[in-house]
Amino acid sequence: MFPIREGFMISGALFTLGVIGVLARRNLLFVLMSIEVMLNAAGMAFVVAGARWRQPDGQVMFLFILAMAAAEVSVGLALVLELYHQFKTLDTDAISRMRG
Amino acid sequence: MLALLWLVPAIPFASALALAVLGPRMRARGVAVVGTGSIAISAAISLVIAGTFLGAPPASGAYTQTLWTWIDVGSFRPGIAFYLDALSLVMTVVVTFVSFLIHLYSVEFMRGDEGYSRFFAYMNLFVASMVTLLLADNLLLLYLGWEGVGLCSYLLIGFWYQDAANGLAGRKAFIVTRVGDTAMAVGLFVLFHNLGTLRIQDLMHAAQSQWPAGSSYAIAAAALLLGGAVGKSAQLPLQTWLPDAMAGPTPTSALIHAATMVTAGVYLIARTNVLFTLAPPVQFAVAVVGAATLLMAGFSALTQNDIKRVLAYSTISQIGYMFLALGVGAWGAAIFHFMTHAFFKALLFLAAGIVIEALHHEHNIFRMGGLRTELPVAFWTFLIGGCALAGLPLITAGYFSKDLILWSVANSPAGGMGLLAAGIAGVVLTSFYTFRLIFVVFFGRIETAVSHRPGLAMVVPACILAFLSVVGGFDKASFEALLNTALPHFREAGGGMSEALTSVAAGLAFFAGLLAAWYAYLRNPSLSRAAAGNPAGRLLHRFWFSDWGMDWFYDRLFIRPVVWAASASKADIVDSIYDGLASAAVLCYRILSATETGKLRWYAAWIAGGSVVTLAIVMWL
Repeated sequence: MFPIREGFMISGALFTLGVIGVLARRNLLFVLMSIEVMLNAAGMAFVVAGARWRQPDGQVMFLFILAMAAAEVSVGLALVLELYHQFKTLDTDAISRMRG
Repeated sequence: MLALLWLVPAIPFASALALAVLGPRMRARGVAVVGTGSIAISAAISLVIAGTFLGAPPASGAYTQTLWTWIDVGSFRPGIAFYLDALSLVMTVVVTFVSFLIHLYSVEFMRGDEGYSRFFAYMNLFVASMVTLLLADNLLLLYLGWEGVGLCSYLLIGFWYQDAANGLAGRKAFIVTRVGDTAMAVGLFVLFHNLGTLRIQDLMHAAQSQWPAGSSYAIAAAALLLGGAVGKSAQLPLQTWLPDAMAGPTPTSALIHAATMVTAGVYLIARTNVLFTLAPPVQFAVAVVGAATLLMAGFSALTQNDIKRVLAYSTISQIGYMFLALGVGAWGAAIFHFMTHAFFKALLFLAAGIVIEALHHEHNIFRMGGLRTELPVAFWTFLIGGCALAGLPLITAGYFSKDLILWSVANSPAGGMGLLAAGIAGVVLTSFYTFRLIFVVFFGRIETAVSHRPGLAMVVPACILAFLSVVGGFDKASFEALLNTALPHFREAGGGMSEALTSVAAGLAFFAGLLAAWYAYLRNPSLSRAAAGNPAGRLLHRFWFSDWGMDWFYDRLFIRPVVWAASASKADIVDSIYDGLASAAVLCYRILSATETGKLRWYAAWIAGGSVVTLAIVMWL
């Protein structure tokens, strides 16, 4: 029997770490990295599920996630660079001018 | 040549449009040329038309020009059509000619004002509306012109709108005349409902054939039209707007609030004279209103210290004379007095404008004085205008027209000793306040130094009007003969006074007023101060100064209850529902906008928390 329970627990733990990283870190670069962690956690859940039911779909989805993550990071880094130019800081709490 | 008639209102209207659209981008010289030139052309055309009309009068005594049908609903088909007879001809010629002179004067008077092109656009629009009013073939077109002149009056009184008081004066004029206009509109409904047309000539024939004298319809229609006339011509009880209308520029006061627009009521009554003849009680009311107004305004004019307000009250008083003449059936005499009044009252305002501009916009006559040698042109023209207003016997135009009115009152079956006495007392008052003004402003010590002398564009119109104020009344007989082609003849009652008697009475009254003013203001100035100083005199002075307390009375009777009702109904129960909705929306907005902090981590936390809650709901509920 494939250890699906442990697999999901690891993926869940990784996702929670990612969420905590997004909420706790103030540096934008670390926020982006935490988002990557969350994406990978989701990908791992797909892989685990694919292995459990012996289907290739899980790995196909993981490839989609990788492609999407690459695109997201390229846009995200471009924004980070631009923000750094504008504000000379990457502290998300300092960059809070868009408020009601 | 009569076919050119439509150009008389069309040219000023076109130039008003052009000035309204292009004026702000034109140079001042161009504005002056367009604004004054259009009126000059209009006046020239009306003079040509007058020449043609007098040389070869149309067979029926009138010329009608129909341009197109305005409205076509069932039997209601008023056209854009002009009707020219002796009455509208005289009025149109006088209006366009005096307008031209005043426009010429304004070129210099308004120079440097930031609203230069706006001023000329309004003035041209006014002339177009006024001529439309005079030439209208049907009462609806007349009403269009009537409202048009009211609009221009409002716009020009509040011309210097940066000062809130001017705007208030404009609104007061607009609202008070609106009371009369509403009565007039109802009058038009009554006429159309009963006689089925609004064409003035058809209407008069229909009224004459369908309504017996003294019928209640005729009385109602005439009374409602009188309401309109009273509002526009500033007669009792709607006269309170005219003194405040002096807030406008002086050429406006000369043109609109002295020479032309305020006499529209006189024109309306003369134009619909058949209705008033059919309603003797209303016609008598016209005479009584005129007599009461001329006395009241005369007393008020005695106490004013603003030069323009004195002239405003004298305008009200002189229009009272015209109403008195209309009321006793002397239609021609009223129009005669309209013409001479247009000349001398426009002249008085223009001369007053010269004085006001020379003294840095000083209006208080007691801060003027001794200007006789400083401003000789203003002095002589004002003196001529003043003599014409007061009626200097045998020389000035105003004497002939006023004397004609007094004689008509004495000899009309509708007249009487009371009306005649009021008329003669009015002459004494007129002479007294006119010479009070002249003595205080032009004689005595110099109070304020003259800083600015009038140029040619201001002097020439004043001189032309001064000339007309003297010669305008000489050819009384042919003027009456001309008007008799359009208006009913004056019916003389037997056993009245001879013309010599009323002439002598008017002349004596003039000299009585002159002597009184000379004694009280030149010979013995302490007398007038003493009269105003004792308690009874002070009370009377305040009473007359405030226009017999009419403003106070209307304030208590109408304004305060309406304002109170408005403020009371502001907080009614229906409104509070909508106010509640609005404040609920505002509350939601406040709450939501408070969550918009701009902090990224808070947004992420809300998303994460929201996701958890959503998942929990999906899985366990």
